[in-house]
Amino acid sequence: MDKRSLISITDLSKEELLRLLELAAWFENNPGQRLLEGRVVATLFFEPSTRTRLSFESAINRLGARVIGFSDAANTSVSKGETLHDTISVITNYCDLIVMRHSLEGAARYASEVARVPVVNAGDGANQHPSQTLLDLYSIQKTQGRLDGLRIMMVGDLKYGRTVHSLLEALSHFDTEFVFVSPPELRMPDEHKRRLDEKGLKYTELAELEGNMDEMDVVYMTRIQKERFNDPMEYERVKNAYVLRREMLRGTRDTMKILHPLPRVGEIATDVDTDPHAYYFQQTRNGVWARMAIICYLLGVKK
Amino acid sequence: MEVRLIENGTVIDHIPPAALFKIITIMGLDRDTEHRMTIGTNLESGRMGSKAIIKITDRYCAAHEIDRIALFAPEARVNTIRDFAVVEKRRVEVPARIEGFVKCANPMCVTNHQPVQTAFEVVAEDGGPAGKVALRCRYCEKITRDFGAKPDTY
Ligand SMILES: [Zn+2]
Repeated sequence: MDKRSLISITDLSKEELLRLLELAAWFENNPGQRLLEGRVVATLFFEPSTRTRLSFESAINRLGARVIGFSDAANTSVSKGETLHDTISVITNYCDLIVMRHSLEGAARYASEVARVPVVNAGDGANQHPSQTLLDLYSIQKTQGRLDGLRIMMVGDLKYGRTVHSLLEALSHFDTEFVFVSPPELRMPDEHKRRLDEKGLKYTELAELEGNMDEMDVVYMTRIQKERFNDPMEYERVKNAYVLRREMLRGTRDTMKILHPLPRVGEIATDVDTDPHAYYFQQTRNGVWARMAIICYLLGVKK
Repeated sequence: MEVRLIENGTVIDHIPPAALFKIITIMGLDRDTEHRMTIGTNLESGRMGSKAIIKITDRYCAAHEIDRIALFAPEARVNTIRDFAVVEKRRVEVPARIEGFVKCANPMCVTNHQPVQTAFEVVAEDGGPAGKVALRCRYCEKITRDFGAKPDTY
């Protein structure tokens, strides 16, 4: 069997995306499937990310496989200066699949060229994090019952936010209408808008969140990071302009859901948490099903 | 400027003057103390306005050198001369992929921190001058523009 890795969401065709969503739904309805009994999966977190690692390890454990790996490169041969090439060349012999996170962009693609076993990218710096995209897509499909004909609002840092770029890429396979809400300095980059133009998908750019959510099916919130601003005053001003509060949800559709890749740093007020539109905590649960689907698909256990 | 014919070697013609020194670097001509060469620049050219030309005796271009020349001078012609006659007149072609030689512009790219040879897909540059290309890194997926030529290190 040809080895297959998942490094970037663009590695997947529309058919494959749909198949993975189907598998994720199947795992949600049949969670106790020990399909990987006797297998070993390595989780290599060269850069720590507890949330992502635990989600993957939960998926691996539910599938009955054993986990080896590290949650931080500090106490490994990597800290002694071993190259990524050598680390991967060794660990590939110990496992059936590698899940890795690294702070350098392109590290996962490179590792997939070195490894004998499939590699799943669990984040390579600001570049890609395809399992996040799949769980976002699954959350949208699950809450809306479809992927075509939806109005999706993306809010916050649309310039640097990798999650929104990958989600946009995935959603552009479907008949989606986008609304981008961001401060002018953090607008969606032209290259992404050009791709929507090529596909004939509609989008609108707005500077205000309040009062613009009434027609939306999904509001996808993101963090605005302080590092993006030269002027700390400007950051304070911008940050407060994109905070979602409960009273702003009046008049929105009953079926509208609020998503967020988490962690949040105040862009969703805590009074929204108990509102029926809030979906960001349930969204994390979908990550387990999406990751079970990815791992089984790459190992050829589920086709 | 009158440039004398050469008996055996290479004539690279139709080089935009701005790309001349990049091509000199690509070919390592700045360090070449062996081959006789004539380099002319800001010469009149009907088609291009002005152009540069390189004539080198007893030196021929390898395929990878032609690929690299194409990145900076997509209109250049590489003519191979034997016994004073042009035996091959070749338009350079912008390659679909380029490996090594160009550095990724993204400081966070794995190729700038680990011993990994760079690899790029050549993509058309939107809104840029005609013929100008940009490179998409196979690893970090970012676009590198305005790349310089660096001597081969791989
Ligand atoms: Zn790169």
